[in-house]
Parts: sequence; structure tokens; C-alpha cells
Amino acid sequence: MNSLSEALGKWRLPANTTMVFVVVLFTVTLLAAFANQIFSPESVFHVSTYTITLLGKYLCYAMLALAVDVVWGYCGILSLGHGAFFALGGYGMGMYLMRQIGDRGVYGNPELPDFMVFLNWQELPWYWLGIDHFWFAMLMALLVPGLLAFLFGWLAFRSRVTGVYLSIMTQALTYALMLAFFRNEMGFGGNNGLTDFKDLLGFDLQADSTRVALFVITAILLAIAYLLSRFIMDSRMGRVVVAIRDAESRARFLGYRTEMYKVWLFVYSAVLAAVAGALYVPQVGIINPGEFSPLNSIEVVVWVAVGGRGTLYGAVVGALLVNYTKTRFTAIIPEGWLFGLGALFVWVTLFLPKGLAGLLDRWQQKKMATDTDDGDKVEVRT
Amino acid sequence: MSLLSATRNLMKPDEVWPFLAQRRGPVDVSHQVILYVEGLSVTFDGFKALNNLNLYVNDGELRCLIGANGAGKTTLMDVITGKTRCDAGTLYFGQKIDLLEKSEAEIARLGIGRKFQKPTVFEAHSVFHNLELSLKTQKGVWPALIATLTSEQRDWIDEVINIIGLNFHRGMPAGALSHGQKQWLEIGMLLVSQPRLMLIDEPVAGMTAQETEHTAELLTSLAGERTVIVVEHDMEFVRSIARTVTVLHQGSVLAEGTMDQVQDHPDVIEVYLGKEI
Repeated sequence: MNSLSEALGKWRLPANTTMVFVVVLFTVTLLAAFANQIFSPESVFHVSTYTITLLGKYLCYAMLALAVDVVWGYCGILSLGHGAFFALGGYGMGMYLMRQIGDRGVYGNPELPDFMVFLNWQELPWYWLGIDHFWFAMLMALLVPGLLAFLFGWLAFRSRVTGVYLSIMTQALTYALMLAFFRNEMGFGGNNGLTDFKDLLGFDLQADSTRVALFVITAILLAIAYLLSRFIMDSRMGRVVVAIRDAESRARFLGYRTEMYKVWLFVYSAVLAAVAGALYVPQVGIINPGEFSPLNSIEVVVWVAVGGRGTLYGAVVGALLVNYTKTRFTAIIPEGWLFGLGALFVWVTLFLPKGLAGLLDRWQQKKMATDTDDGDKVEVRT
Repeated sequence: MSLLSATRNLMKPDEVWPFLAQRRGPVDVSHQVILYVEGLSVTFDGFKALNNLNLYVNDGELRCLIGANGAGKTTLMDVITGKTRCDAGTLYFGQKIDLLEKSEAEIARLGIGRKFQKPTVFEAHSVFHNLELSLKTQKGVWPALIATLTSEQRDWIDEVINIIGLNFHRGMPAGALSHGQKQWLEIGMLLVSQPRLMLIDEPVAGMTAQETEHTAELLTSLAGERTVIVVEHDMEFVRSIARTVTVLHQGSVLAEGTMDQVQDHPDVIEVYLGKEI
């Protein structure tokens, strides 16, 4: 009986939510994709390409939120600089797309992107070499943020920097990168960033089919990221991570080198964010230093807080919900959005400390309590 | 250090170079002593928490540390487990292992387990998972990612759950346990890791008389196979388990011996004048 209740306790929530999450994600994705491709634009069932791209963008944000939830919700590392890894991944993809433009740019230079011609540069900087190969660009898009996260995490966690100090450092990291990328001499397009993309692996980025395909790929990768994160969190490593969140020194006295756990979790999270960034850029068609702005990273934290941290699905739901609200809200009162966001954060912190996932939990517990009450009654009667 | 003495130090005929020494051997207790504490001093802002403290603990011994508040009992445990750095002194685990140069995690992996004064368990995890995390296994990131419990490990955890009497709470989050149950869980976490040396800080605080008796039985049964150092204020409890008692006072050892010897010791009587210990 003991092992049964333990097994139930272990599998009840996660297994259910994982299944529900993947099924819902794929159903919505496929329905939207078919509705776009099959029905003509006049039909009521038609989903416009604009909507598809918007949904794809939301899914990228959801993946970014997932990355933040992994480190914040499970390990208590409040990163206010995850936008940096997202943007670096985006720049990796952006550089590849830039090289794909070839001689179709304004200046028609087959070797150099427009902004370099404009700056009177004669040849490609060394860090642009090889980026015209897709596999190499993707490798860099993941490797560079991963390495940065490793370096940062190694230095910070080994010196036992935690709490607010760590949050401030992450914010300084993304801010420093923003300032650097704003400079023209950096060779990443400066202020304007990278834009005016033409095609990806030979597929026209403006075509409906490419956009739908990107959307579907994003959904698939989000599902993989979700399953992988779930696997990690359900493994003993995940339990050590939660143990570190709750009582780090105790975990050390059990023989766990907590800084290594934190570093690798941070790297995993950064790579997830980078994947999200690389998927984001071809869908929105631009990447500029604004993506590094600390405000973006703080917004991600708000999404996770709204959805409920430490649940994975909460982060995804929060990202989708807040971004949908943002799209609607900014269409009506653009200047009011930041006030709305601030108010939302305060409200969630005060009244929903566990986010929307906490609401679901409470409801489920209530249901379980009434269920067992019924069971007791039946037992009494028989 | 001059070049000559450095060379001599390196060429000592009776010592194996550290990088050639066996990394993960069992602790060397060929002289029956498992813990050497010599000349240990720790200062916090001018306050001498430990003052030239010397202590030798034999392998398989059950040793009780007593002393007033601020005598340095918990600080000593902090230094042994690597939590606090000392200013001077040496600290050896067995013959070869210098504990002062190791981190908390490394010390724990050597087989030195600790139970804290204030019970600290992982509140979000169930009793079972708390014990699983404490198992004596590989503690690296990758092994933990792919780790599964073998049936022996599962049986061992079940056995420990039985010993600590938490059968009906095994699936319950540790945060929901009562204070006494958390104490038991922490003792269980120590047991399950099968340490060579156990440092136990106030094990019976918040326990009923019956539970205290149970703890005393448990600790005496462990001695012999494992080395146990207990810090405790409850003199009845100390009397019931102790063979050797060490009295600490102002950061150094005041007296050492059996409970009766210690009680009749003139220094102890002087320090604790009027106090019954």
C-alpha cells in the first residue's frame, strides 16, 4: 500500500500535465496549420498567416519562459538576464540569414552585408566566417550562449554568489551586451541590428508555407524542450536541484557539489533560451540590440510568475497569456502596457503567489479532498 | 620556505606524493585513531571560539561532547565538516586525509555525515526522496541524471524508514512532519548514507522520553561499526550512552574520561561550581 501511494504521489500530477500539455500543443498547432493551408482566405475557418506568425512568436516566448522556470522555479536562481541568451541565439540565426541575402541587398555586394558596405568595410570580420553554413550557424547560436552561461555560472556559483546579488549581475550582463551590440564597430549591425532577411535554407521567408513550417517546428521543439525539462526535473538530478533551492548547505553536507549542479542547469537553461531566440528571428524578421534590454528579461520573469513557477506548464501558460494580453492591450492603449504589466506583477505577487498553476493545484486538492470524503462515506455504509 | 627544505619535504622517504596517493581508498585507521584534531583555533571578530583544541577520537568510538553554550561544540563540528575555516591547527581523518584542504562536499563524500542542531530536511521532498538523496552513491551531475534505484538501495531505504518509524509518512513531504519526526528523518538521512564518522548535534531536542530512549539504543548499537560524536545538553541522555565524555570550555578541552571521572574532575567542578551536570 505504501509503494502504491508513493507511486500515485509521484505520477499523478506530472504525468497528467505532461500528456495534456503535449496533446493540447500539437492539436492547436496542427489545427491552426491546416486551417491556414487548406481553407481559402474567404472561409470563416481560415487562420491568417499573420496569426500563425504571432502564434509562432508566442511559442518562442513560451520556450524562453520555460528556460527561466527551470532555473528560477526549480533552483531558485532568479535570472534577470535570460534575454541575453535569447538574443545571442537570435543573432546566430540572424547572421546566417544575413549571409543568405547574398547580392540581393541594397548595395548588391555578394560578400558583405549592407551595413558593412555602408561602414566602408572591405572584408568580413573573422567571426562572420563560416556562418553562411546553416549547421555552423546553429552550432554557434547554441555554443556561444552556452559557453557564456558556463563561464558566468562557473564564476558566480563557485564564489557562492546568490540571491539579489546574482540577479543584479545577470542584469548587468545583459545590459553590458546591449551596450556592446549597439556599437557599429562590433560588426553586428549596431543600432539597426540584422534585418531584411530573404530566405532560410532556400525557402522564402515571406511565403505562407515557410511561416507555417516554422510555426510547426517551433511547436515540436517546444514539446521536446518541455519533455526534456520534465525528464531532468523528475530525475534524481532534478531532486538535487530542488534540494539546493530549499537548503543549499544541507545538500553540500550530503556530498553534492552544488555549484556544479547550478552551473549545468544554468547552461541547459541558456541553451533553451538560445534555441527560442534562433526560432524567433526568422519569424519576426529582425534582431536588434533592443532584445538585450533588461526590461525584456524582467518581462519574462513576470510571465513565469503569472503562470506559476516550478511547474513548467505554468511558465508556458503564463507566457502565452501575458503576451496575448500584451498584443490586445497595446492595440488599444499602447502607452498603458507597462503600467498594466507592473500592476499585473504586483497583483500576482499579492494574491496568487503560486501563479495560475497554484490556483489549479488548490482546485485539484479540493476535488481530491471531496473525493476521499465520498470514499469514507461509502466505506461506512458497507 | 627555502629550496632545500622544500626539496627535503618533497623527498621524505616515508611518504607517498599526494598526486600518486590512492585517491579513493578507505580511510587509513591503522593506528586506531580516526580523527586527529590538534591545536585548532578559530576566531570570530576577536572572539576565540576554539582555542588550541586537541582531540583524538578512536575508530568505532561513541564520544560525547558536553559544555556550556559558547564552549565551541558546534564550531568544532563546523570545522570538521568544512563549513568554517580555522585560523591554525591540523585536522586529519585517519592517517592520511587532511580535512582542512577539502570542501564540504568532498568531506561528506569521505564518509563524514552530520546531523544539525536545528533539523534541516528538504521540505519539498517526500520522506522517501529525502533518504534517496542521502544515499551513499555517486554525487556527480551526470550520474544523478541517469540514476535509478537498485532493489538493494530501495530495500535499504525501506529498512531505514522502519528504523526511524516513519512508515506511514514515507510519501509525505518532509515539510509537513512534526519537529520530532524531522529529527528522526535527519537521523535517518545520516543512517542511510552509512558514514564512517557521524557528527550528531543535539539529537534528542524536542523528543519525548520514549523517543529519547529509542535514540540512545540506536546510537549505542551503531558504535563499534561506526564512529559517533554526539553533542548533547541532556545529561541523562549523555549518561545513558556515553563511554567517553569530553568537556569543552571556552574553546578548549577541559576534561576527558568516563562520566563519573569527569564529574569528579576538579577543573570541571570549578567551572561548573554550583551547577549540577
